[in-house]
Amino acid sequence: MKEFAHLALDTAAQRGATYADARVVDERQRALSTKNGKVGHVSSAESLGIGVRVIADGAWGFAATDSMKREDIERTATRAVAIARASATVKSHELRLAEEKPAVADWTCEYKTDPFTTSVEQNIELLLKVDEEMRGVAGVTLAETSMNFRRYEQWFYSSEGADIHQLRYITGTGYSAYSFQGSEIQKRSYPNSHGGQNQNKGYELIEELKLVENARRVGEEAVALHKAAQCPEGRANIILDSSQLSLQIHESIGHPIELDRVLGMEANFAGTSFLTLDKLRNLRYGSELVNVVADARPEHGPGLGTFAYDDEGVQAQCTPIINQGEFCGYLSSRETAAAIGEKRSGGTVRADGWSRLPMIRMTNVSILPGEKPLTFKQLIASTDEGIFMDTNKSWSIDDKRYNFQFGCEIAWEIKNGKLGRMLKNPSYSGITTEFWNSMDAICSREEWVLWGTPNCGKGQPQQVMGTGHGASPARFRDVKIGTAYKGN
Amino acid sequence: MLSKEQAAEIFKRIEKLTTAEEVEVLMGGGRSALTRFANNTIHQNVAEESHFISVRTAFKGRTARATTNKFDDESLRSVVAAAEALSKVQHPDDDLLPMASAAEAGPATALPPRYFAETVAVGPAERAAGVREMVEIAKREKLTAAGIFSNSESFEAIFNSRGIARHHTESSSVVSVTMLAKDSSGWQKANSADVRRLEPKALAEIATRKARESAGPKEITPGKLAVILEPAAVLDLIGFMFYDFGGMAILDQRSFLNERVGSKLFGENVTFWDDVTHPLQSGAGFDGEGMARERVELVKNGVVQQLVYARNTAAKVKSSAVAAKLGTIRATGHGFPLPNEIGEAPMNIVFAPPSSPQTTEQMIASTERGVLVTRLWYIREVDPYEKILTGMTRDGTFLIEKGKVKHGIRNFRFNQSLIEMLSKVEAMSMPVRASGEESFDMVVPAMKVGDFNFTEVTKF
Repeated sequence: MKEFAHLALDTAAQRGATYADARVVDERQRALSTKNGKVGHVSSAESLGIGVRVIADGAWGFAATDSMKREDIERTATRAVAIARASATVKSHELRLAEEKPAVADWTCEYKTDPFTTSVEQNIELLLKVDEEMRGVAGVTLAETSMNFRRYEQWFYSSEGADIHQLRYITGTGYSAYSFQGSEIQKRSYPNSHGGQNQNKGYELIEELKLVENARRVGEEAVALHKAAQCPEGRANIILDSSQLSLQIHESIGHPIELDRVLGMEANFAGTSFLTLDKLRNLRYGSELVNVVADARPEHGPGLGTFAYDDEGVQAQCTPIINQGEFCGYLSSRETAAAIGEKRSGGTVRADGWSRLPMIRMTNVSILPGEKPLTFKQLIASTDEGIFMDTNKSWSIDDKRYNFQFGCEIAWEIKNGKLGRMLKNPSYSGITTEFWNSMDAICSREEWVLWGTPNCGKGQPQQVMGTGHGASPARFRDVKIGTAYKGN
Repeated sequence: MLSKEQAAEIFKRIEKLTTAEEVEVLMGGGRSALTRFANNTIHQNVAEESHFISVRTAFKGRTARATTNKFDDESLRSVVAAAEALSKVQHPDDDLLPMASAAEAGPATALPPRYFAETVAVGPAERAAGVREMVEIAKREKLTAAGIFSNSESFEAIFNSRGIARHHTESSSVVSVTMLAKDSSGWQKANSADVRRLEPKALAEIATRKARESAGPKEITPGKLAVILEPAAVLDLIGFMFYDFGGMAILDQRSFLNERVGSKLFGENVTFWDDVTHPLQSGAGFDGEGMARERVELVKNGVVQQLVYARNTAAKVKSSAVAAKLGTIRATGHGFPLPNEIGEAPMNIVFAPPSSPQTTEQMIASTERGVLVTRLWYIREVDPYEKILTGMTRDGTFLIEKGKVKHGIRNFRFNQSLIEMLSKVEAMSMPVRASGEESFDMVVPAMKVGDFNFTEVTKF
């Protein structure tokens, strides 16, 4: 791979590039699903290619090809330089990159069992067992399960001398039970909705999740929701489970701290951010209990945002984002760090495969667990009145990341420190900073889960990236609830 | 880009390599490039060449797919072996039909020209020139421009061992522009197979006017208000219902059309169909199994007429308990590549021209109090059966009073049932090819809708 990449770097230099990097990516995937007792799909895929990013005439160019022939790699690098020169004809400033010492490294994520060594029969058998458990509940009208494995191997080389090889395994699984009755479709998912749980792990993730053990409960809850009371409209104290809180972090902290958004570079599609530069170290984002980091280091855990080096060759870091409620950090790249006068990139740049341009992506943007011991049971017990909402169903936030609305699959009333009756169609909404300032309790480390969001979309052409978000269940006071069904 | 002959030659090589009873090969790919600008600067500028070959094998009711992006002999041997191995370990599925024959798939659907050499010939210098035109307008108006100018050529092909041999090429070009002022913005987007039909300057001028006219947005109280949705906003909303117009969605009981096919669900003035041959549409004239795409009337005068079906779905639905409630059931050429769980969906939506079309200006003139919406954002489904959607307005939201656009307003969140919305359409423009960000492109009108349910307001 080194030979291919250096051919690209040398060609780019000969054509006048002042900087170049090349990423060769070799990717393998296995995807399986079942639906109502039958295999839905079984497929495998592999993809190999090279992406070449250059600076020429003080502007960016990028070209990618799936051909590893010498002449095609040379042509692709030449094309990247021509594109950069065209970029330079419409520019308002000279491009500068924050300094980075070129790294030479080789890293493989921690895993116990290479998921591709497990048999497809074994994978299908497990999913069908889960499916059978869900459909064993009268009233379940649709049962769906899925399992995905990915092996992502990347070689990164730069004209500055970086030489980095990384290998990651990504495993994911999840399932949902649906129940259609009368004029209502209800759904419950495990271990999370929208693809379940996904981590940088091997097959051991599948074995840890107790998939079969939870399937019947999930089916029963989907059916029981039909008879549950509608979530009221008004204001209430709410407790969010850790998976819902992880998505709340993703949308209302993770995206607005992306420095490319802040600087207007995503204005046409993903939007901008309310976190303008004047707010850095000058905004009370949340209550004193809110401590958030963007941590790509392996010691943070096997999140989808865990790596050793980002796709600009910058070492993984832990960047404080919110410290005791104060906003204190952005996600940055070499270009955006230089643009705001930072000495070094935060190391958060990643690309969706070999064919796409690396850009700022969330790493593992996690809320730290409470320091005082607090289990979920204790959190409920300490709440006189409120609603506990579990598992995301719908999510939406404006293009500056102020106003959000989330729907959950299920909720329970809390009365006098105890979970009470089930509620259906729960939702809550608010303004980002008001919401995070209303957090008055968060569970401690034993309740903290590092969730994977496998499908975060950003960029044009759009790129899909996995991000990680650690969270414990937390309580928020006096939040607007039930708006999603208001007027309908 | 592979020609039909080149693709056919690859299929022959694969046929020789497989021991499967049946084999199907999908091929696709092409070249694409996208110039992206923000802060009046080209800040990202990319080009990509990629291809794939995807092999599906079948052995007595067992089928699976393997995909690679390498076309050498060893890679072909490997991808065939992978598909066969995945197929063989499965339990036989009695519902899986043999692959479609050429006779069953039907003759090739005649399509208007969708490949333009002029589009493909556009290079980085031409895209930069188009961007410069838009940026110059921004500079003239002391605004900041952001957007894209892209072009591509692509092909898709399907061959199978029962004689299907289909190949389609098309080109595409897109311009999108957002103009940003101090506290307001405006947006426009257009696409075409023929780049000569795109007018970057004209789009930038409209976006500029919207940014200027929405400056100093005022907050108004949310509630049920008359709304005028420009075509991009209509498209992004209604795109959420079309995955429910497939037979598989009914069998799975996940469709909002459960128990509603044949009933009057929308207003009398709502008629739309799926038609890949429409001159403003795009895409191939065949589906994921190679079946010819048919024109299907989905809704006529508010009544849900017919669903679309993949071959396997049609066979399954015909023998199901719901068959009698669904009207015509036949394979319509809307299936996704097998194996899959979703089945099918109509992807070439065309709205019927209204009997008395109105321009957006006429709709505004007839509105006592309401909201003009340029674009919507982050739309998600709140309720799958009542089809309640939530989302935000964006990049040009205005208050209309006494027949005139008064001023920009802070953006709203809505929670709106699509069923109710399409029951309260008071006026429509002539349908146009529209392009948004949350759904696939369609031929849709601007709409004036009564009692649109705005529930919250944001801070800008």
